[in-house]
Amino acid sequence: MNFRLLKDKILSKLMLVFTLASVSLLLVIGIGLYYKSIPIIQRLGWTELITTSVWKPLKGLFGFFPFIMGTLWVTAIAIIIALPLCLLTALYIVEYAPARIKRILTPFVNLLSGIPPVIFGVWGVLFIIPLIQVHIAPHFVEFSTGYSVLAGGIVLAVMIFPLIVSIISEVLRTIPQELKDASLALGATKWETIKKVILRKALPGIVAATVLAISRAFGETIAVLMVCGNNAIVPHSVFDTGYPLPALIANNYGEMLSIPSYDSALMFAALLLFIIILLFNIISRVILARLERRLAA
Amino acid sequence: MTKTPHISVQHLDVHIGAQHILKDININIPDKKVTSIIGPSGCGKTTLLKSFNRLWDNTADVKITGKVLVDGEDIYAPDAEVTRIRKKMGLLSQRPYPLPMSIYDNVAYGPRIHGIRKKQVLDQLVEEQLKATGLWNEVKDRLNASATRLSIGQQQRLCLARGLAVGPEIILGDESTSALDPVSTAIIEDLFISLKEKYSIVLVTHILRQARRVSDYIIFVYMGKIIEFGPTEEVLLNPKEELTKEYVKGYIS
Repeated sequence: MNFRLLKDKILSKLMLVFTLASVSLLLVIGIGLYYKSIPIIQRLGWTELITTSVWKPLKGLFGFFPFIMGTLWVTAIAIIIALPLCLLTALYIVEYAPARIKRILTPFVNLLSGIPPVIFGVWGVLFIIPLIQVHIAPHFVEFSTGYSVLAGGIVLAVMIFPLIVSIISEVLRTIPQELKDASLALGATKWETIKKVILRKALPGIVAATVLAISRAFGETIAVLMVCGNNAIVPHSVFDTGYPLPALIANNYGEMLSIPSYDSALMFAALLLFIIILLFNIISRVILARLERRLAA
Repeated sequence: MTKTPHISVQHLDVHIGAQHILKDININIPDKKVTSIIGPSGCGKTTLLKSFNRLWDNTADVKITGKVLVDGEDIYAPDAEVTRIRKKMGLLSQRPYPLPMSIYDNVAYGPRIHGIRKKQVLDQLVEEQLKATGLWNEVKDRLNASATRLSIGQQQRLCLARGLAVGPEIILGDESTSALDPVSTAIIEDLFISLKEKYSIVLVTHILRQARRVSDYIIFVYMGKIIEFGPTEEVLLNPKEELTKEYVKGYIS
C-alpha cells in the first residue's frame, strides 16, 4: 500500500481517537461527580437537596436552594448588564468606528479577557462594593454592606464583556456589505439598517454568544466569591448577599473531610453546577436551532 | 436638453486610498433611457455608479471631489440629505441580497422606512411592484415565506421590486445579471427595457452584447476616464475613439 495514503489513514484515525477521548471526558467527569455524590443523595434525596434552604453541615442539613438561586441571580444580573453594553460596543467597533480607532479598541477589549479573575475580584472589593454601599444601595434599601449579588453581577459582567464583544463582532463582520448597502440604498439610515437588517441577520450569533457567556458566568468562581457576601440565604433583591455554587465549593473544599457527609455535599454542589450548565446548553441549542430554522423558513 | 437631467456629473474625481479611480468625469445621464457603462475590469465603472447614490459614504479612505447633481441638487453638498437622495434611486447589485425577512416585508421595507404604515397602502404597493417585476404570480401564495427560499433569479427580481417600492426615478444596476442563469438574465433585461418608460436606468456591465441588447446610450470608461459617450449603435458599431474601437473588438479587456 502506498505509504502516503497509509499515513493519511492512520492520522485520521488518530484524530478521531483524540476527539472521542476529549468528548468522553465530559462523561467521565459527570459520572465521577455523580459517584461521589451518591452518599448524600441516598441520605437526603434529590428533592430535599435541591428545594430546601437550610445549610447546617454540622447538623447534617444540606439545602442547596440558596446556592442554586445565588448562581442564577449573579449570572442573570451579569447578562442583563453585559449584553446591551456588549451589543452596542460590538456595533460601534464594527459599524461605526473609523479604522484607526478600531485598531486601538479591539486589542483593548481583548486585553480585558487576559486579566486574571482575582484582579477583577480585588477591583470589585475596592471599587464596586463601596460604590454600591455608599451611592447605590441607600436609594433603594435601608442598609447594605455592598457585598451583594449585584456586586457579583457587575464584576461578572465586566469579566464576560470581552468574550461577548469579540464573538458578536465576529458575527457582525460576516454580514456582507452588499446586504447593508441594499438597505442603505433604499434610503434607510444606518441605525434603521442595524435594527432591521443587521441585528436580525446576526440574531443566531448573538444568542450563541450569550449562551457561551452565560456558561462561562455560571462557573466563574474567585472574583464572584470575593464580592457577593457568601451567605447561604436565598437572595430576594439585588442588594442581598448571595452564595453561588462555585464559591461554595472553593470556600469549603479544604475542610470537607472534617465534617461527615460534607465532602459528598460539595461533590453534589459540583454535580449541580455541571447539570445546570449542561441543561442550559442543551436548551439553548434547541432554541438556537429553532431560531435558525425560523430565519431560513 | 431643455430640462435638467436626473443625474448630471461635473468634474467628479474619486480617490480610494492612494489610487485615483475616477478622473474628471463629466456626463449628463439621459432621462428615461437605458445607459450602460462599459469598460474593462477595474476601470472605475462600479465606482462611478456607486458615486451616484453616495454608497461610498461608509467606506474609509474614499475621497470624492466635484459634483453629482441629482435633479439639480448637489448630493455631495454638506447639507444634502443622503436618505432622500438614495430614495430616488433603486439599486440592483451583482448578486441578489434579499433582506432577512419575508417576501412581503422585503418589498414593504422601503415604504415602511419612509413612513407608510397603512396595511392597505402597503398591500397595494407590494402587489404592484411584484407585478411590475413579473413575480406576483410566482409568489402571491407565499408572501410570508422567507425571501431566501426563492430561486436566485426570483431573488434578483424581488430586489428590483424592493427598489421600485420606494418610488425612485432612477434605477442603478451593477452587473445585475452576472450571477444569474441565461433565462433569468433575459427576464431582467426585458424588465429594464420595459421599465425605461418610467425610470432612467444606468447599468454597469462587462457584457457587450448585453449593453447592445438593452441600452440606448453607452458610456465607455477606461482607466478612470470617460473615453466615449453616445447612442449605443454609434459607440459599438462606429466608435470615434481608437480605445473604444480596440475594446469593442476585444483587443483590450
